[in-house]
Amino acid sequence: MASVSDAELKNMTQEERVTALGMRTEQLTGKSLYVEFDPDAEERFTYPWAPDVDFNKRTEIDTDDMTNTEVNQAIRAKMAEGYGTIVLQNPRGKHSLGVGILSKLNLIIEGSTGYFGVGLIDGPNVRITGRVGWSCGENMMSGTVLVEKNAGSTFGAAMRGGDLVCRGSVGSRTGIDQKGGTIIVGGDVGALTGFMMQRGRMIICGNAGKNLGDSMYDGTIFVGGETKSYGVDAVEAELTDLDKAWLTRKLTQYGMMPDKGVDHFTKVVAGKMLWNYDNLEPNEKKLIL
Amino acid sequence: MCGIAGLIHKGKSANVGFEMTAMLQALKHRGPDSTGYAVYGEPVEGDYVMRLKVAEAEDMERGRGIHQVIADRITEVETILEEHGAKIKTKEAPREYSLRYVLTHSGDTGEMASHIEETEGVEILSMGNGLELIKDLGDASVVAEAYGLNDFNGTHGIGHTRMATESDVDIKSAHPYWAFPYNDVSVVHNGQITNYWIMRREMERKGHRFMSNCDSELLAVYTAHNLANGVSLEDSLRQSIQEIDGVFTYLVATKDQLGMAKDTMAAKPLVLYESDDLIAMASEEVAIRAILPQEIDTTDPYDEEVRVWQA
Repeated sequence: MASVSDAELKNMTQEERVTALGMRTEQLTGKSLYVEFDPDAEERFTYPWAPDVDFNKRTEIDTDDMTNTEVNQAIRAKMAEGYGTIVLQNPRGKHSLGVGILSKLNLIIEGSTGYFGVGLIDGPNVRITGRVGWSCGENMMSGTVLVEKNAGSTFGAAMRGGDLVCRGSVGSRTGIDQKGGTIIVGGDVGALTGFMMQRGRMIICGNAGKNLGDSMYDGTIFVGGETKSYGVDAVEAELTDLDKAWLTRKLTQYGMMPDKGVDHFTKVVAGKMLWNYDNLEPNEKKLIL
Repeated sequence: MCGIAGLIHKGKSANVGFEMTAMLQALKHRGPDSTGYAVYGEPVEGDYVMRLKVAEAEDMERGRGIHQVIADRITEVETILEEHGAKIKTKEAPREYSLRYVLTHSGDTGEMASHIEETEGVEILSMGNGLELIKDLGDASVVAEAYGLNDFNGTHGIGHTRMATESDVDIKSAHPYWAFPYNDVSVVHNGQITNYWIMRREMERKGHRFMSNCDSELLAVYTAHNLANGVSLEDSLRQSIQEIDGVFTYLVATKDQLGMAKDTMAAKPLVLYESDDLIAMASEEVAIRAILPQEIDTTDPYDEEVRVWQA
């Protein structure tokens, strides 16, 4: 990053950016287009190339006769024009709507989406009035997604940050491979929820299916209702005052506070009995040995 | 990856042929190899609809000789029908290799079906009072056009778009499967069955016939076996989740019922819409939206979930 300035990055095409950031010249040891922002920073909260959008500029896109690629291109075109509030009408279960938006945006989807809705996002605030299909919010980095109805399986798979909220019930393998952020579900979740979870938190106000938190490495799951069964190495932990305060804050924020408060929530964490790590990566070990 | 769809109207008939075509066309991207329908019209007691194929679609490119072979096979089938005392009311041939008969028959249709299939190259796709099972290569619009499905009235139906993975691209490996020789029962499936050979041998020892190497055929045979032994459709679906290994979501239709079952992992998708007069389900929401553009509530069934609806 050091060799190229933000101003230069802003004026490049995506192709040029990839080359400038060293993704074609060096070994890809952890390199990506993702920019870590310094928590102490007072400016530069966005990607250098993010379009300058105004939340007060609102536009609607009728997606009825468009393909999902055309819709996603239309969103980008509107953002380049400075629109900060974009409404998608008649999505009718289209797949991959609103994916890969890496800047602030107020996106409202009036209806239901198919698979991989608003995946790979970093920043936008999304509200979906209908239901979402499989893998909604997959790999999201930051921002908020609020789903008014139900969600399909693998909700928030491999997600890394932000808040992913579903007021209804979601399918199986919710938050599989979750690496950060918060998933909040108003209803029930299916089998293998939190499978291989690594970090982050999950709040389930309803019941959980079988094998909850199976093989989780770390992270926390809060369940308000009954759990059919716990997975391997998922154990109950004490609900502390700090947890209760956090639950109250999060659930109040999205208007999903249960009538009976948060005291009834069960906290599930990794038992860490499966932990068996080397401190070194395999290629580092080779160097030393 | 295949696409499955099903719908059932409660207490009334509608243009299910057109509705299924719209749903399956929306699922084309899940499998463009072949498309199949099992749609149910008003059942007529004593009248049987028999759909059969006397050759594969690819056989038609093997030169002029095939036309004579097909004609001979049809003559043979009609001779057997006559021997069993079945009267042919109507006969249609939407494609040269694909025929539809309406028969009047009072005897055992199972035995007759076995005899017909002894003819080389002949497979009965379906038999029943209400069931019409149509499957052929191509997408939903091609098949619907060729078989005149766009104005088919009925109460319910299931359909399938296939991406061939474990067996050939041909009609015998296409879905839906008829639960031979059990009248009016058909199956569509999305998934893989991992104890296929064990289960197949068990079924073969019990005397059931397999026409293809497609794992989905097992579900049809398995369902037929259970129903013949007096097991209800719902119990058969429940039992299958324990006895059949793998990842699957499958739909079964009978004369007046539509059922679904999902495996223990819930690994294969299904989206469900339920209202007082219509129940529709499909691998993806986009198929349901093809027939219900207005705002609706849909859900994902969970693991080991079994549902049965009555027409």
